Amino acid sequence: MRAEAKRAAWEEKPTVLGQASKGASIVVIALLILFPLYAIALTSLSSAETVNRVGGLVVWPGDGITFEAYEQMFRNPVVLRALLVSLGITAVGTVLSVVVSILGAYSLSRPGSFGHKTVLFSVLLMFVIFPGLIPVYLWVSAIGLRDNYLAIILPMAVSAFNVVVLRAFFMSIPQELFDSARIDGAGEFRVLWQIVAPLSKAVIAVVTLFYAVAYWNNWFNAFLYLDDTSKWPLALVLRTYVVESAPLPQASGLSNAPPTLAVKMAIVMIAIIPALIIYPFVQKHFKKGVIIGAVKG
Amino acid sequence: MTAPTIQSPASPKAAGDAPKRAVKAKAHWRTRLRRDWPLLLMAAPMMLLVWGFWWIPVLGNVVAFQDYKPYTGGIFGSRLVGFTHFQMLFSDPEFMRALVNTLAITAFQLVFYFPVPIMLALLMHSLASARLRSMLQSVVYLPYFFSWVLVIAIFQQMLGGAGLLSQVLRANGFEGVDWMTDPDTFILLVTSQAIWKEAGFGAIIFLAALAAIDPNQYEAAAVDGAGRWRRLWHITLPGIRPVIVLLLILRLGDALNVGFEQFFLQRSAVGSQASEVFDTFVYYSGIRTGDFDYGAAAGLFKGVVGLVLILAANKAAHMLGERGVYSKS
Repeated sequence: MRAEAKRAAWEEKPTVLGQASKGASIVVIALLILFPLYAIALTSLSSAETVNRVGGLVVWPGDGITFEAYEQMFRNPVVLRALLVSLGITAVGTVLSVVVSILGAYSLSRPGSFGHKTVLFSVLLMFVIFPGLIPVYLWVSAIGLRDNYLAIILPMAVSAFNVVVLRAFFMSIPQELFDSARIDGAGEFRVLWQIVAPLSKAVIAVVTLFYAVAYWNNWFNAFLYLDDTSKWPLALVLRTYVVESAPLPQASGLSNAPPTLAVKMAIVMIAIIPALIIYPFVQKHFKKGVIIGAVKG
Repeated sequence: MTAPTIQSPASPKAAGDAPKRAVKAKAHWRTRLRRDWPLLLMAAPMMLLVWGFWWIPVLGNVVAFQDYKPYTGGIFGSRLVGFTHFQMLFSDPEFMRALVNTLAITAFQLVFYFPVPIMLALLMHSLASARLRSMLQSVVYLPYFFSWVLVIAIFQQMLGGAGLLSQVLRANGFEGVDWMTDPDTFILLVTSQAIWKEAGFGAIIFLAALAAIDPNQYEAAAVDGAGRWRRLWHITLPGIRPVIVLLLILRLGDALNVGFEQFFLQRSAVGSQASEVFDTFVYYSGIRTGDFDYGAAAGLFKGVVGLVLILAANKAAHMLGERGVYSKS
């Protein structure tokens, strides 16, 4: 096995018991995480009869696969609209956050510049001083953002953590690169765009993922500020429809009955899938230690 | 926990670079302004958002000291009442229950959650096959990217009254269980949820610390006859101790913060007796009942205690000779 080759000469041969317990732990851990996802996926792909016969989640494949539940889910205008709303919030919010954070972090990566300390402390103190729920709520309501998607995006648009991660990475880029570009007459925007950004693709990818996931998953801001149920994103639908098993609001034109288990699981899958799609592209950067390296810097 | 660690500008690399870069800073401020205006322009959108949605609300905490009238007074027209709300908090049994629950959950998770990412990291680090390790990493990081709504929906399908576990138990002639609504086991439930969702991702930082240990140390110890357990005890654990202390400090500083959504979303199912924590108390007393001033007082209390705790924990770490989270330079 290739594993043997990697073991250093001074290391003891692994004991049978040690190998077995390690193997068992890995299997148990993987099952604890993957099995629920598997059962949910399979149930969402099962017909209503199968689910009824089993009396719950479908665990054994063999009853065939059908997209019945997904068709049913997408016939419901509420779910479809919520999906579009979530996609829209995530897209707009992520672009805004990433652009603002890169610009801000670049500006913060130049100690000694005019106003540097003010900007730096405005961001760093966010780690220890929090506004609290009530003042944010009163303020967002006072400036007229209720029932506006901006109420979801703007309060979470800047994450101090992401800015600090970007800044630390920018600061680790050799200073000589900047100096030579400046001697060639490049302005700050040009340095950022043509030198810093291409070197920082990995860390930017990770930060983009963090922002996108935060927007996609956000439930509380939407719950707090969107009174109009027709504006709900997917997370609110997920909670109402799946966790509380309530009939969906504004679905009165259609059947107002609580959703079937297969449809519920289809909604869960729709909430999971975007994360599953983007994750493989970004997770290799975790291993490269982008975040750790950056934060430790 | 989205912010596992933060280093202040006093970290070694920044400090090392500072003198070289700071030379330029000696110029007159007008020269610097003329030179640096593009940087200010770049920082402007971030500053607008940070001040507009963080620091202005921080100042808005003044409502905690007011007899706040949302419609007739507003923040500028309401009467100041000093510390009245804070005194009321401590005679409020609901508040005390939220406080006790929060501290109980923090203590419980310190014992049963905190070591899990460390053990996971040790397990992953000990795998000789790089491919197996990277597959395991992919799996354990994944749930970190799910929302709490999703995690609770998944747990409900597994452990709830109509969930898979009950389904299997009933099919075999046993009673079904419903851990999703049982206040007695709630602390176990929320801890398992937290482990399921976040322990894997929490292992990243320990993995990095493990990777940074010099392999020569292991070799030298092995040559001197130290077995694998002695190496673990005398090299591995001391090697990751600074990171463990760092995260312990952050967790202690965050003692009043056990998360909001996880508890809020399950409060109606389990009842407030077991599930009321600090943040849900702030929401229910402040927003749900409309006593904004009272809720803000509870929130501010939490914020101030949190700040004091993190400063104290950091100080303690310095006194014990650890690096801590930040240091004065």
